[in-house]
Amino acid sequence: MTAEFGHFALILALCLALGQAFVPLLGTLRANRLWMASARPMAYGQFVFAVSSFICLVMLFLGDDFSVRYVAENSNLNLPDRYKVSAVWAAHEGSLLLWALILSMWTFAVALFSRNLPLELVARVLSVMAMIAVGFYLFLLFTSNPFERLLPFSPVDGKDLNPLLQDIGLIIHPPMLYMGYVGFSVAFAFALAALMAGRFDAAWARWTRPWTIAAWAFLTLGICLGSWWAYYELGWGGWWFWDPVENASFMPWLTGTALIHSLAVAEKRGLFRSWTLLLAILTFSLSLLGTFLVRSGVLTSVHAFAADPARGIYILVFLAVVIGGSLLLFAFRGQTLQRTASFNWSSRETFLLGNNLLLVVAMGVILLGTLYPLVADVAGWGKISVGPPYFNWFFVPLALILAVIMAVGSVSRWKHHPPAMLASLALWPALVSIVVSAGVLFIHGYSFALLPLVSLAVAAWVVIWSLRDWWRKSSSSRGRLAGSRRLRGSYYGMLLAHIGIAVAIVGVTLTSHYSEQRDLRLSPGEAVSVAGYDFEFRAEERIRGPNYVARRGRFEVLRRGALIAELNPEKRYYSGGGQVMTEADIDGNLRRDIYVALGEALEEGGAWSVRIYVKPYVRWIWLGGLMIAMGGGIAMVDKRYRRLAQTRPRSEAQAGVEVSGTEQQITEGSGAQQQRNG
Amino acid sequence: MKPARRRRLQLVIFIVSVASIGVGLAVYALRENINLFYTPSQLMTSDVPLGTRIRVGGMVVADSLSRNQQSLDVTFEVTDGAAQVPIHYSGILPDLFAENEAAVAIGHWTSDNIFMAEEVMAKHDEEYTPPEVADAMEQAYQQKLRSGEALQDKPGRE
Repeated sequence: MTAEFGHFALILALCLALGQAFVPLLGTLRANRLWMASARPMAYGQFVFAVSSFICLVMLFLGDDFSVRYVAENSNLNLPDRYKVSAVWAAHEGSLLLWALILSMWTFAVALFSRNLPLELVARVLSVMAMIAVGFYLFLLFTSNPFERLLPFSPVDGKDLNPLLQDIGLIIHPPMLYMGYVGFSVAFAFALAALMAGRFDAAWARWTRPWTIAAWAFLTLGICLGSWWAYYELGWGGWWFWDPVENASFMPWLTGTALIHSLAVAEKRGLFRSWTLLLAILTFSLSLLGTFLVRSGVLTSVHAFAADPARGIYILVFLAVVIGGSLLLFAFRGQTLQRTASFNWSSRETFLLGNNLLLVVAMGVILLGTLYPLVADVAGWGKISVGPPYFNWFFVPLALILAVIMAVGSVSRWKHHPPAMLASLALWPALVSIVVSAGVLFIHGYSFALLPLVSLAVAAWVVIWSLRDWWRKSSSSRGRLAGSRRLRGSYYGMLLAHIGIAVAIVGVTLTSHYSEQRDLRLSPGEAVSVAGYDFEFRAEERIRGPNYVARRGRFEVLRRGALIAELNPEKRYYSGGGQVMTEADIDGNLRRDIYVALGEALEEGGAWSVRIYVKPYVRWIWLGGLMIAMGGGIAMVDKRYRRLAQTRPRSEAQAGVEVSGTEQQITEGSGAQQQRNG
Repeated sequence: MKPARRRRLQLVIFIVSVASIGVGLAVYALRENINLFYTPSQLMTSDVPLGTRIRVGGMVVADSLSRNQQSLDVTFEVTDGAAQVPIHYSGILPDLFAENEAAVAIGHWTSDNIFMAEEVMAKHDEEYTPPEVADAMEQAYQQKLRSGEALQDKPGRE
């Protein structure tokens, strides 16, 4: 019965979403407040049914109901309970249900926290979100129903979850990623609402900002978790492969990053309006594209599409409707929102424009590299793959330029910041960062090369600018503590995220250039020295896990004769599906990771092929990512966004540049700007 | 109105030129970094540029795997059902690499007709066959069918 309940709840959620998509929208056309007000209760109802449906699927997994095809294919009796729950989103159907659930959660949140917004706007936003939900519910019900039964011949036991996915990282990675993907639907819905209304004002940008930042922070976290999981679970020791699946999540992150910055300009200065809307549409479109690229199987093969034509065609049509429809609306209404205001080329606006351009260019380059093999295959140009050198060749310089601009931009002033003043600010950070960079390489005894030298210098540059800016802004006649308290949460969020970028750059640079990796043949009793560490292969033993048996190697790691770690990498053989899995063992701290993985047994009871890595500062990559996400979290809860949403008059569109200019000093200018003015 | 229009035109020209330079660079870099896929039959019959990074894939031939006893050097052969290609690799083979299973190797073709692999990939899970390999097998199979039919056709016509 549970499966039928879940199915039924899904249908009810669809019905409510249909109502929510059209009734409030019609209400805005007919100025019927009752119809508009119906958006909220329907959003609540949709949420309740989506949650019920999802819970039903979780219950089916926990209850080992293998008469349900999806459960039989992704779970089995021996699977530990926590993995039974995560198996819910391990494959196509369940992950789409998770998507729909998270969309209903965001819709619920918007309905709940939009008390201060004009009813018309809420009605439009919620109906756009419901339209997307309708698309997903229909897709689930007609092509990818997770509640489909295998009757009358249902298996006694299921097939088991792919062992790669039996991991804590993969329990939380997809929900985080989807929180990000789907969260951008809020910005998207706000953008479409602005286009429908033909009105775009500073208040609009202010309301949209915390939602966008929240989604972006979740996406950051999701990408970090994915990278971390690939690092320790795939057994190759890499943290980013420029794999299409990774690119699919990275592209919306790049445009999302551009969006949160252009929203700042739109709010503070009333500029970049139609560009901001376009970015909101683009970001969500890339999120949709990412979801479908990864989940439809089109990446592994164009033929996976042909194998299930109903799904493939539905996806294409859905993407065309959402992306095409929103772009069409943008083409008709985007121009009417245009505002011109002048700003000097040397100003914060210019730096943020540069940020936006670079981010979008980076996204375009990655999009090209990701989709080109698909296009070539369909067009019959042969089967090709695009290697990491292509992506690195473009992305590394773009990212470094971006970081340089970022540091200066975050300190510069709106409208006009005399270039001579900026140049005088830049002089000593430039010198110091080069010295620091060279010093770091020298202390570690690393070889000097241009790229690591420049990259580390850029990281130091970012930190210096950020901290100096904080130092100046936090100075106060009542002491440093009072001064630093006076600064806004959104400022601290920005500071943390920018320094996080620098930390990640350090990690990426040092790991990429100075890792030592060795694949070799080792028998028990033998030892090898890698990067100043001695690795002794002590013994091999056999162990038994809940749903696998494993052969485990015991390695002792010594540094100058002293034992510093014992590592136990495993080779697991899963009984359910017969899969083999490499479980690497890592001894890590902030300075370096020591990584040992077993390859294969070369002879019975004897030699193994063993993979040994020493990776300096690799954890800084994810530490930086965490700082970026936390920065987003801190900025998001800044009270300013909410308080002003209440009190601002809605007709700010007329006010133009002057109002935005003064407002900036009132709201954020607690720092240096006000002091300089005063 | 006019200066505004001229400014807009300048902006458009600027954006278009920057964008086209960017796209040009991107396509150039793409061409340099794509790895074409060859089936074993194509490797054996057509001219393959030596030293260029390419991919080759097929089923690993049973009993073709041989290891060096001192190092991690291995050689094995892959087939699409019509031709066999010897592949040399030094390193750790992936977990799901096995004889009679699909594998794809990235590397370059050498003048002594051995494929020197830098990277070997096997399938992700039990059911998945790399699409390139499935296609290559299918092509070779069709080729065989066609040549078989051609033989049968001839007597029919007479």
